[in-house]
Amino acid sequence: MNSQISGTRDLSFVLSGAAGLGIQTVEEFLCRVLCRAGLHVFASREYMSRVRGGNNSTEIRVGTKAVRAFSDRMDYLFPLTPGVRVNIRRRISQATKIVADRGVFGGEFDGTEAPFVPIPLEDMTKELGGKVYAAMVMAGVMIGRTGVPLPRVLEEIEHFFSGRAEVAKTNADACSLGYRFGVELRGDSEPLYHDAMDSDGKKILLDGSDAVALGAVAGGCSFAAGYPMSPATGVLTFLSANADRFHVAVEQVEDEPAAVNMAVGASYAGARPLVTTSGGGFALMGEGISLAGIMEAPLVVHLSQRPGPATGMATRTEQGDLDLALYSGHGEFPRAIFAPGSVESAFFLSAKAFDIAERYQTPVILLTDQYLMNTFYDVDIPDVSLLRPAGKIDPTPADYRRYAPGATGISSRGVPGYGEGLVGADSHEHDEEAHISEEIDVRVSMNEKRLGKLDAIRQEALPPVLFGPKDYDNLIVCFGSTMEIARESLALLGRTDTAVLAFEQVHPLHEATEAFLSAATRVIVLEGNATGQFERLLRGTFGIRAHHSIRKYDGLQFSVEETARRVSEILEGGAGA
Amino acid sequence: MTANPFDMEHGELSWCPGCGDYAILDALKKALLGLGLSPQQVVLVSGIGQAAKMPHYLRSNFFNGLHGRALSAATGIKAANPELTVIAVGGDGDMYGEGGNHFTHTIRRNPDLTVLVCDNMVYGLTKGQASPTSPRGFVTPMQRKGVRAEPFNPLAAALVQGATFVARAFAGDVERTTAIMQRAIRHRGFSLVDIFQPCVTFNKVNTYAWFKENTRMLEPDRKADDFREALDLALSPAPYPLGVLYEAEGPETFEKGLGAFTDDSRPLFMREPDLGSVRAWFEGLLR
Repeated sequence: MNSQISGTRDLSFVLSGAAGLGIQTVEEFLCRVLCRAGLHVFASREYMSRVRGGNNSTEIRVGTKAVRAFSDRMDYLFPLTPGVRVNIRRRISQATKIVADRGVFGGEFDGTEAPFVPIPLEDMTKELGGKVYAAMVMAGVMIGRTGVPLPRVLEEIEHFFSGRAEVAKTNADACSLGYRFGVELRGDSEPLYHDAMDSDGKKILLDGSDAVALGAVAGGCSFAAGYPMSPATGVLTFLSANADRFHVAVEQVEDEPAAVNMAVGASYAGARPLVTTSGGGFALMGEGISLAGIMEAPLVVHLSQRPGPATGMATRTEQGDLDLALYSGHGEFPRAIFAPGSVESAFFLSAKAFDIAERYQTPVILLTDQYLMNTFYDVDIPDVSLLRPAGKIDPTPADYRRYAPGATGISSRGVPGYGEGLVGADSHEHDEEAHISEEIDVRVSMNEKRLGKLDAIRQEALPPVLFGPKDYDNLIVCFGSTMEIARESLALLGRTDTAVLAFEQVHPLHEATEAFLSAATRVIVLEGNATGQFERLLRGTFGIRAHHSIRKYDGLQFSVEETARRVSEILEGGAGA
Repeated sequence: MTANPFDMEHGELSWCPGCGDYAILDALKKALLGLGLSPQQVVLVSGIGQAAKMPHYLRSNFFNGLHGRALSAATGIKAANPELTVIAVGGDGDMYGEGGNHFTHTIRRNPDLTVLVCDNMVYGLTKGQASPTSPRGFVTPMQRKGVRAEPFNPLAAALVQGATFVARAFAGDVERTTAIMQRAIRHRGFSLVDIFQPCVTFNKVNTYAWFKENTRMLEPDRKADDFREALDLALSPAPYPLGVLYEAEGPETFEKGLGAFTDDSRPLFMREPDLGSVRAWFEGLLR
């Protein structure tokens, strides 16, 4: 199968090495240089759950057209530390050029068909002042390979390390050394970079984690609490670091029950709260989410998935917590669940989560995963004027009753200390003033009032997005972070009878889903878990069985190539999954 | 007698006749009236238990949340609107058992909250099991051979975690309990009032008579700013001291240090999404 998509040109670089070698800093710098030069960039990190050592890697794709999905293809591998892990080794092909120091790696790559390109990295970094410059030398090699002119690069270095002249100077030397090597590596092949790049210089690099945090702010988030847990910590870190700028009350709490109960308290008093966590922490929050349900308290919960059960794999990815999100919290109450499929969606759906939570006075879950959190690419600046304006809270009248049904079945929301009325909230079943009630009729009417909101939420559910031909025979169905991967796999498949249907809201599901599924001869559900949670949801909701399943639960995200290959095996093999 | 705006018309209370909770409710209403607060300014926050039902019998804003989580909810409420007077109330099981971790860390955080713990050394709502403050050897239907764990010392624990107002009251003395509550509510920062209270149904050991015999009054006007002395009092065996053990100027409150209030003192419900700052952040990425 041809792995270069026709009409686009891109290169895939993989840089790997021990934690603490500055790979992350260099990744950021490198991608910034490439993006500013008008190239499109994608970067995705995978790492071990340790602070030093190990062997981590980052994949950087650079192209003349948008690149926004993980690829298995490695055009170049730049290993810094021996002991390259199996997930990288398996991707080495005869088309992979391994650029490494022969003296350091010895025979590690013997037996692979990949051409070895020796680089005297040890000698180069010794001259520069130490191993810490190795990643920057490699960045220089990659930039040289793309053809971005050196003066542009040096300018970026000065900007990147501004205020630290010494550091900037040595990094400039390191980058230049690598750059010359990269130019030689390119040889006669045409550079990706050319003078008439089509980018207007208005692209920004954004990762899923920052997109969720910034989307929350745009959605009016004024309170955030959480307990550090990969891969959800980045959102809390971002909000905490920028709490003054964005006027958010942020607290790292003692445990997840504290986070969610603080958030529900803040919501009761009129804040727009966010809690951010991963599966284990989310499980601990279950009771609090149920509390938001009965109190009808707006609450946004960011659940960033990693493989379970229990501690599972702390720094890896999975889509195994869909069922947890759907069924978390005891009792029955309405909720919405968004599962962004791109970095832009992570921003807009994070903001939208606050809007839905606020208008329907109920918890909303934003379901992401490690892959989306730790992936970035170039995007246009999200246009915040597209967001629905936030509503206002009115002062309460003297005879205010918090849970009076109101005309639409949704109560008018007052807050304590604003108006002449009193505002109550109760975790028990309660009457219209929020006082405990064991009356059977009150129970029935309050339960129906709460659950009645789900229909209204469904009315404005996001429809799934179709990529590919409208008159498809085969439909690849996916949700959340696999969207861009599945979308790019279509181009690799090169079939005119196959489309992708991507869901970014998984509950409640949009009514159009049924027609989309029914129109296909073969429905293939692609999801990052072992038991087919989304497939089961579709069957339970619409009574439609998938014909084939593609599942993955090794802790790694799908790649474009793996997706195309597995779809192709199904379609060409004709038999079951 | 003038009408108390915190008095509430309600049906039958779910407390047993003779329960200490009646006196504590009475003292709280008197304390709030005496401080000149209005029901609109006050939020009474509770978890689950018999004492935690108090918000349903007192006219004010209220948040009756989950078992053990009153202090977390109260902290969130105070953070969202620092202008509110936030008081958390609950029993010993709720605050020191299920909520033990929040008790510790809320003290460290120092929000301007008042915490009233109706401490009867037994579980009432679930019918008579041991609580974290039950004495060693206390026999219950669950602890047939008597409690085998050391009782939790809330006053000492609060002191060593840095609480700057720590007091103990007795439900049998409404007047002094009212006065202590008022001092606690006026205190800036976290304040704890552990209130000895008999459970007339499930605790046949720690009765009104027992509390009278096993407590002693501290001088109401004593200077209470000596930490070591307060700790000695907290650790002292029976007769247990009643009154304010410790009262000192505390560090900056939790809510005051939040980024949300750096240059904007309005409560959070008055804010609009800060789209300008988001736009500026994105534009900064282009530079």
